[in-house]
Amino acid sequence: MSKIETNDLNVYYRNGSVQALKNVQIKIDANKITALIGPSGCGKTTFLRALNRMNELKGATTTGEVLIDGRNIYDQKEDVIQLRKKVGMVFQQPNPFPMSIYDNIAYGPRIHGQKNRNMDSLVEESLKKAALWDEVADRLDENALGFSGGQQQRLCIARALAVNPEIILLDEPCSALDPISTARIEELLQELKQEYTIVIVTHNMQQAARVSDYTAFFYLGELLECGKTSRIFERPDDKRTEDYITGRYG
Amino acid sequence: MRIETEEKLVKAGLSATALISVIVLFIVVGYILINGIGAISPEFLREAPYRFEYGGVFPQIIGSLCLVGVCLLFAVPLGIASAIYLAEYAPDNAITSTVRFFVECLAGVPSIVIGLFGLAFLVYYLGIGVSMLSGGLALGFMILPWTVRASEEAIKTVPQAYREASLALGVTKWKTIRHVVLKSAYPGIITGILLGMGKAIGETAVVLLTAGSGLESFLPRSLFDPVASLPVYVYMLATQGHTPGALSRAFGASLVLIMLFLALSVFALILRNRYVKKMDGGR
Repeated sequence: MSKIETNDLNVYYRNGSVQALKNVQIKIDANKITALIGPSGCGKTTFLRALNRMNELKGATTTGEVLIDGRNIYDQKEDVIQLRKKVGMVFQQPNPFPMSIYDNIAYGPRIHGQKNRNMDSLVEESLKKAALWDEVADRLDENALGFSGGQQQRLCIARALAVNPEIILLDEPCSALDPISTARIEELLQELKQEYTIVIVTHNMQQAARVSDYTAFFYLGELLECGKTSRIFERPDDKRTEDYITGRYG
Repeated sequence: MRIETEEKLVKAGLSATALISVIVLFIVVGYILINGIGAISPEFLREAPYRFEYGGVFPQIIGSLCLVGVCLLFAVPLGIASAIYLAEYAPDNAITSTVRFFVECLAGVPSIVIGLFGLAFLVYYLGIGVSMLSGGLALGFMILPWTVRASEEAIKTVPQAYREASLALGVTKWKTIRHVVLKSAYPGIITGILLGMGKAIGETAVVLLTAGSGLESFLPRSLFDPVASLPVYVYMLATQGHTPGALSRAFGASLVLIMLFLALSVFALILRNRYVKKMDGGR
């Protein structure tokens, strides 16, 4: 069974006057990396944010279903807090809190009631998973804002991992980073997919080709096609997909 | 060439006006210092006044501090809570903008009018009497819009990215506000409170009508006792003093008032900077 499945997913902004997603139907497998690509304004970020109900912060309305482990997260009875613990998110701009590295990681677990006793090991484990531990082990007390963009972004990944999610959503996580930091994050994603289901929005087609197992192509709010990354890049079904990945527009 | 001369003229003119502002400040402070320093002695700071033109201003100092304390205890929690509501929860509609407009209006109400309201409502209608409580609350009414506005501005400048990061970790909105938003907004909120405190400690009209005559030679024993204060004492000396030393005493008391405000400000700034430093690192 797929980890995430959507049925007739529609998202509207501004009291329904703008439709950002149209009847999106997709299945996303566990422990795989799925890349969402498409030109600006195609709805890929809206789709990503539909998976942890972040769209409602901006007053969007959603219809249809998003099933995670078979449960519709838009069901009245679903608890958005539990959902967001289970579905972590990393944003386009690294956004660590203006606190120490340690407090950034400990923030989520502390609020969710984790005792301070085990915090040191949890912080260490999360930083190790995010491949940041070696660089910051002796600087845990320093303010996170003093670190480089790449380090901050890996800190944000570690912060998301600390609340023990099953799915990680990444919204163009490398768009503000230099090539070396980007490569480190791409490497990291390959390790993380052993344990987590990863969905990544990217503007960079080479990145989608390099890191993902599956690729979904969005165009004007519709999911045009979705399949194995190698297939999408070699033999796309849709002419518009082909034109986009060969750089005819975008 | 002409443009360059114009630039030079503008720059010279502007720096001259800036200089004038500074000079005015120095003249005022210098004048008070020169005229007031003679009145200040250990007795002046330690003793109570008698026959109002002799003795010290100790009850006035304590009274002013008490009034500011009551005022802040009332206005700061209420102001911050209102600001949180306006900035984070209030829907973006006509009612909210009306509330905001009224808060702005309250900031423009002259202090004598607030004093009159305090006298009619707190002192007579609620029967609290001329007291520390009435004075402190009336001062609180006066600075409330300032604390609301400063806190709201401070909360609004906290980047949206912090809120999203916290919410995406499965943290509730209220806990996000408490642990992330308020923490980042705190220095700005302190600045707002400082401004309010400065207004409150120097306020004469409100205190004169609600807290006491300013001449009280005793320390208040409860919230319901009338209380002396420095600004009202200065006002009394300046208008009703008839010894030759009255004016000099008024300047002395003014000097104490300025020092008191400076001390409180420095204290608040130290508090703020220590907090900012703590935020910069450390668990």
